[in-house]
Amino acid sequence: MAVPAVRRSPVRTEPPRLSFVRQALIIAAKDLRSELRTKEALNASIAFALVILLLFSFAFEPTQEQTRRMSGGLLWLVFAFAGALILNRSFARELPNDCLDALVAAPVSGAALFTGKALASFVLLLAVELVSLPVFGVFYNAQWTGQIGPLLLVLAGGTWGLTVVGTMFSALTVNLRLRELMLPMLVYPIMVPGLLAAVQLTTPLVMGQPAAADLMIWVRLEIAFDVIFTALGVALADTVLVR
Amino acid sequence: MVLAGVAALLLIRNIYVMMLVLPDEMQQGPVFRIIFFHVPAAWTAFLCWFASLAASVVYLVKKNLKYDAFAASVTEVGLAFGAANLISGMFWGRVIWGVWWTWDFRLTSMLVACLLYAGYVMLRRAIEDPTERARMSAVLSIFAFADVPIIWFSIRWWRTQHPQPVFGSSGSLDPAYWNMLFLNWAPILLVAVALLILRMAQEKQQRAIDAMRREAHVF
Repeated sequence: MAVPAVRRSPVRTEPPRLSFVRQALIIAAKDLRSELRTKEALNASIAFALVILLLFSFAFEPTQEQTRRMSGGLLWLVFAFAGALILNRSFARELPNDCLDALVAAPVSGAALFTGKALASFVLLLAVELVSLPVFGVFYNAQWTGQIGPLLLVLAGGTWGLTVVGTMFSALTVNLRLRELMLPMLVYPIMVPGLLAAVQLTTPLVMGQPAAADLMIWVRLEIAFDVIFTALGVALADTVLVR
Repeated sequence: MVLAGVAALLLIRNIYVMMLVLPDEMQQGPVFRIIFFHVPAAWTAFLCWFASLAASVVYLVKKNLKYDAFAASVTEVGLAFGAANLISGMFWGRVIWGVWWTWDFRLTSMLVACLLYAGYVMLRRAIEDPTERARMSAVLSIFAFADVPIIWFSIRWWRTQHPQPVFGSSGSLDPAYWNMLFLNWAPILLVAVALLILRMAQEKQQRAIDAMRREAHVF
C-alpha cells in the first residue's frame, strides 16, 4: 500500500519581515552608497550635461529672447540625455559578481527593489539637474532663481517620471549586448508626454516668470503620467526581475 | 490565401465604387479618396496594438509562447498599417496642405506610436532566449499601449496651444463617404488577418528551427 506522502513545510528561519517602504529605502541607500563611492555614473552624467549645455550654445547661439522661448526644451533634453547614463548604470551596476541574482534572491519584493532603484536614480539625476541649473543660468543669462519653489517641484515631477520609466527599461535591457543603445530607444518615445509637460512648465519658471493659469493642464498631465507609470512599474517589477 | 483573395475581390469592388460612383469631394477634389485607405489603416493599426496588449497580458498569465508569437506578429502587422497610415497621410498632406509633414497632433501621435512599436521589434531582435524575449516584450507592449492615449492627449494639448494653419474644416462627412469608409475597412482588416496568419506561421517555423538547432548543439 502506498504510503501517503507527508507534506511537511520545510523548516527555515524566516528573516524579519521589513515593511515595503523600509525595503525600498534600504535598496536606495545601498545604490546611493555604492554610487557615491565610485561616482562613475554621477561624474560621467554631470560632465555630459555640461558638454551638451556648451554645445547647445555653439549650435544655436541664442539671444535672450530665443533662450526665453527654448529654455525648457533645452534643459530637459540635457536631463534626458544625462538621465540615460545614470539609468543605464542602475541595473548594469549589479551585473559584475552576479549581484543582480543575489538581489533578486534576497527577501525583498521585486516591487521594493524597483522602487528603491528608482529612488536612487531619482536622487542622482536631481543632483545632476541642480548642478546643471546654475551653469545654465550663467551660460544663458537666465534668472532661474526667481521661481525656485515651483521650478523645483516641476523638476521633481518630471524627473520622477523619467526615472520610473527609465528604471523599468533599465531592468528590461540589462542583459542585452546593445543596452546602452536600447535604453534611450525605448525610453524616449514613452517619455514624450512626461517630457512635454515638464518642458511646458519649465520654460517660464526657469526664466523667473510665474506659470500662467493655462499651464495647469500640464501639471495634471505630469502627475497623471507619474502615477500611471509608477503603478505599472510596481505592478510589473516582479515579472521583469524574477527570472 | 482565401482571405487575401476575398480581400482582393472586395478591394476591386470598393475601388470601382470609390473612383467611378462616388463624386469628388467638394473642397478637396479627387485626392480626398485617399481617406478610404488612410483612416482604416489607422484604425487597423490601433486595433492590432490593442490585440498585442491583450495577447501580452494573456502571455504573462498563461506563459504559453503561442500568445507571445501572436503578440509579436500582430504588433508588426500594426506597425505596417501605422506606416501605411503615415505615408498615405503624407501624400494627402502634400496635395492639400502643400507640405509633406506638419506637427499636427494626429500625425505626431501616430509617429510616436510607430516609434514605440519599432522599439518593440528591435527589443525582440536583441534578446536571444525565447521565454525572456516573450516576457520582456510583453511588458513593453503593456507600457506602450498605456502610453498611446496619454501621448494622444498631450500632443493635442500641445498643438492647440500654438497657432497652426487651418486644415480644412473637419466638418461632417457625407453618409455615403462614411459607408465607404467602413466598407473599405473590411478588406483592409482581411489583409491584416492574412498578414497575421503568415507572420504567425513564420514564428512557428522559427521556433521549430530553434528547437532543431538546440538539438544539434546537444549532439
